[in-house]
Amino acid sequence: MATRERPLSPHLQVYRWQITMTMSILHRATGVLLVGGAFGLAGWLLAVAAGGESYAQASACLASPLGQVLLFGFSAALVYHLLNGIRHLLWDIGWGFEIPEFYASGWTVAALTVVLTAALWIAAKGVGA
Amino acid sequence: MSNIGTAGDPRRQPPGEDFRTPLKRARGLGSGKAGTGHFWWQRVTAVALVLLVAWLLGLVVSLVGADLATARAAIGKPWNTIALALLAIAMFWHAKLGIQVVIEDYVHTRWAEVALQLINTFACATGALACLYALGRIAVAVTLANS
Repeated sequence: MATRERPLSPHLQVYRWQITMTMSILHRATGVLLVGGAFGLAGWLLAVAAGGESYAQASACLASPLGQVLLFGFSAALVYHLLNGIRHLLWDIGWGFEIPEFYASGWTVAALTVVLTAALWIAAKGVGA
Repeated sequence: MSNIGTAGDPRRQPPGEDFRTPLKRARGLGSGKAGTGHFWWQRVTAVALVLLVAWLLGLVVSLVGADLATARAAIGKPWNTIALALLAIAMFWHAKLGIQVVIEDYVHTRWAEVALQLINTFACATGALACLYALGRIAVAVTLANS
């Protein structure tokens, strides 16, 4: 069977920026990042199970500047992936397929990610203080 | 003919030549093996994770700065242990399905793709089992501490 030279899609940079493209790639990027977070959670549970020195080390790691930066990254990625995941599930049931709705739901997810991540950290610092 | 079935048999397919039709070559590839299974279980685990992650965030925030006994007591409560076990299974299953697609999309060298898919499956299965093991150990520790 002969393989014909078929037309290829033009490169991404010729398109005008739209929020939908950023939301899409961020969903995948945060998903990959969160796999690291999942293994982190597994490691923390193992440390709680082992107790003693292991738990002390895990707590110290999480409280260190690097640990806090990683935790913040994971929490923001988790909130984003969770909210945008709900957006995907709504599409799966056929909701929100008009172009203005794509933009509206995209900006809603972006805004709620900032608000909920901030709320999470305010609550966490309130408990920890 | 004395050369039937031997390398000299003119009816034998020359090496490197594929006489299968395009349809035969396509069958069994892609979604032909598992149908909508990947799509479906990604959604099922996603719905479970919406509920479980929302709950997890509350639990984790409540445990900020907690000492070992407090953390164990909270995780070792029966329904918390069960919810965390469900979360571990749904989370690593969802992770496996997601990373699988990322590998399928970006890795085009066959041996590297197969190797990465195996590593992905093994690592996610190990992650889920590690969580279940830790949860079992914490539950036993809490039970012993309370008895």
